[in-house]
Amino acid sequence: MEGVGAAVAFWTLAGVTLFAAAGIMFSRNLLHAVLLLILTFIGIAGFFVLLSAEFLAMAQVIIYVGAIAVLVLFAVLLTPRAGRDNGESKMLLPAVLLAVCLGAVVLFVITDTSWNTVPSAPAVEHEPKVAASDLGEALLSTWILPFELASVLLTAALVGAILLVRSPEEEAEDMPS
Amino acid sequence: MAPPVLVTDHWYDFRDLGNLSSRLLESLADVLPQGAVYVLAAVIGFVASFVIFVLPSQLFVGVYGERKLIARVQSRYGPNRVGPFGLLQPIADTIKLMQKEALTPKSADRALMYAAPALFVAPCVLLFAVIPFGPNMVFADTSVSLLFYVAISALPVISAFIAGWSHNNKYSVFGSVRMVAMAISYEVPLVLGLLGIVLFTGTLSLQGITIWQKELDIWLVVLQPIALAIFFIGVSAELNRTPTDIAEAESEIVAGYLTEYSGMKWGLFYGMDIGYALAASAFAATVFLGGWTLFGLERWVPPWIIFIGKTHLFYALFIWTRGTLPRLRIDQLMGFAWKFMLPLALVNLVMVATERMFWVEQAADDSVVYVFALVNIVAAGALVYAWSRILGYRPEDYPTKARLVETAGGYVPIESAKGGAQ
Repeated sequence: MEGVGAAVAFWTLAGVTLFAAAGIMFSRNLLHAVLLLILTFIGIAGFFVLLSAEFLAMAQVIIYVGAIAVLVLFAVLLTPRAGRDNGESKMLLPAVLLAVCLGAVVLFVITDTSWNTVPSAPAVEHEPKVAASDLGEALLSTWILPFELASVLLTAALVGAILLVRSPEEEAEDMPS
Repeated sequence: MAPPVLVTDHWYDFRDLGNLSSRLLESLADVLPQGAVYVLAAVIGFVASFVIFVLPSQLFVGVYGERKLIARVQSRYGPNRVGPFGLLQPIADTIKLMQKEALTPKSADRALMYAAPALFVAPCVLLFAVIPFGPNMVFADTSVSLLFYVAISALPVISAFIAGWSHNNKYSVFGSVRMVAMAISYEVPLVLGLLGIVLFTGTLSLQGITIWQKELDIWLVVLQPIALAIFFIGVSAELNRTPTDIAEAESEIVAGYLTEYSGMKWGLFYGMDIGYALAASAFAATVFLGGWTLFGLERWVPPWIIFIGKTHLFYALFIWTRGTLPRLRIDQLMGFAWKFMLPLALVNLVMVATERMFWVEQAADDSVVYVFALVNIVAAGALVYAWSRILGYRPEDYPTKARLVETAGGYVPIESAKGGAQ
């Protein structure tokens, strides 16, 4: 994609995404932060669309906005002190330290990678697009091992969650008496 | 995929309005300054969609038709005062809503409360971008439009959550939490049901699914009856239609997440509820009922009229269930999603995968789909019967006492309950 429309879309999306990401940091209200996080996810899905990766964009919206963000909202609701003025944090110094370290790592990766930039030639237009079926085939043939490992991880997380939330009464019920 | 050879590309071919608009915009693009043509396209699109779809569907089928039909189902007259047959009732209602004061509670989160209705409207408009109204009448013919529908239809849940939270009212938050819980539960069987469609047709594009059905001369409703049932129930749960509208159950929690809204802010939620139901009907008409095709009749009747007719047919089904069925309890609904619809969706998926494998591996003739259709209809009937009669528990026809009290061990006085717990 190229042209004026793409440029306008890129800069708008970049502005919205950065604004939302900054808002997550500075928002004193936990729920506002979560909603801004959702806006960030949607902005990133917009970038995927600009890169002609529609399937990735849709997966991003379904998984991050539709599922994960809603679960985070639920978690915020169930947090005892997620009130409207949830702002006092006693972990300022460790947080700043961690942020600086993380930023250094990301900056190092950005500067150290040799980015393959595509020359702005019209030849790019006829590049074969990656269809959803190609992704599926790659996932179930070349990358079958990580794919299956991810499902094992998810199953372990499920079992762990059930173990964590079981009350002693339920535990006693299942014991052979 | 290649566009179907159905309509000529003369601008006066009104079987497909896409020709007219694209011809108009192409010729004007040279005359107008750069960028202005986009504005013009937006205006034309707005006017055209308003005249051929929004006005008849949203206002007259959606608001008026729904009230009238429900009234008929329940042996009432329905609106019959304003205008002939009460036809102007929706307009009178809108004027009333606009004049009404929009109250904002003092302790509410003002920004979120104002943002929620707008955020509720936007995804509904987006949903129609991928719906094919005709061979060329689809705004965004992406290769993943089915996924687009699934992704965007998850967004109003977040808006409803914002709406409920912003009021600082416990009934609103109850409504929001119920809505989110329902959306999470019903999304899983719904997407699994749609996966069966994708497996059969081998494409994620809605236009592709329509053309697949046109080429094989079969509607997916006979190939995938279970998927249709799952989609219908799941979508009516997600959209808060009446048998499943526990998120705004007025007999339990005042009006759920709409409790504090009044005036046009409430009106937007109400109107867009109908808009989402229409979008779901349009999606179902595309996926299950063959979209704009009608076994060759689309050569003579404009495809978009066929499509809108099918959409209204499906919407009538929504109205019918709404008028007939009483509201379910939240535990019944949750149990239904996880214990009934999810296993059924998984069985359906395995069945489809087996049939598709057979079709591809044996290089069978295309007419094998009719055999599949027969097998699937019989299997659907058998599965639903088995689940409701044999595997599930049989409801008592004449219960002698309240079931829940019996399961809990009878009525326990408070004093002894306190003593027993400690």
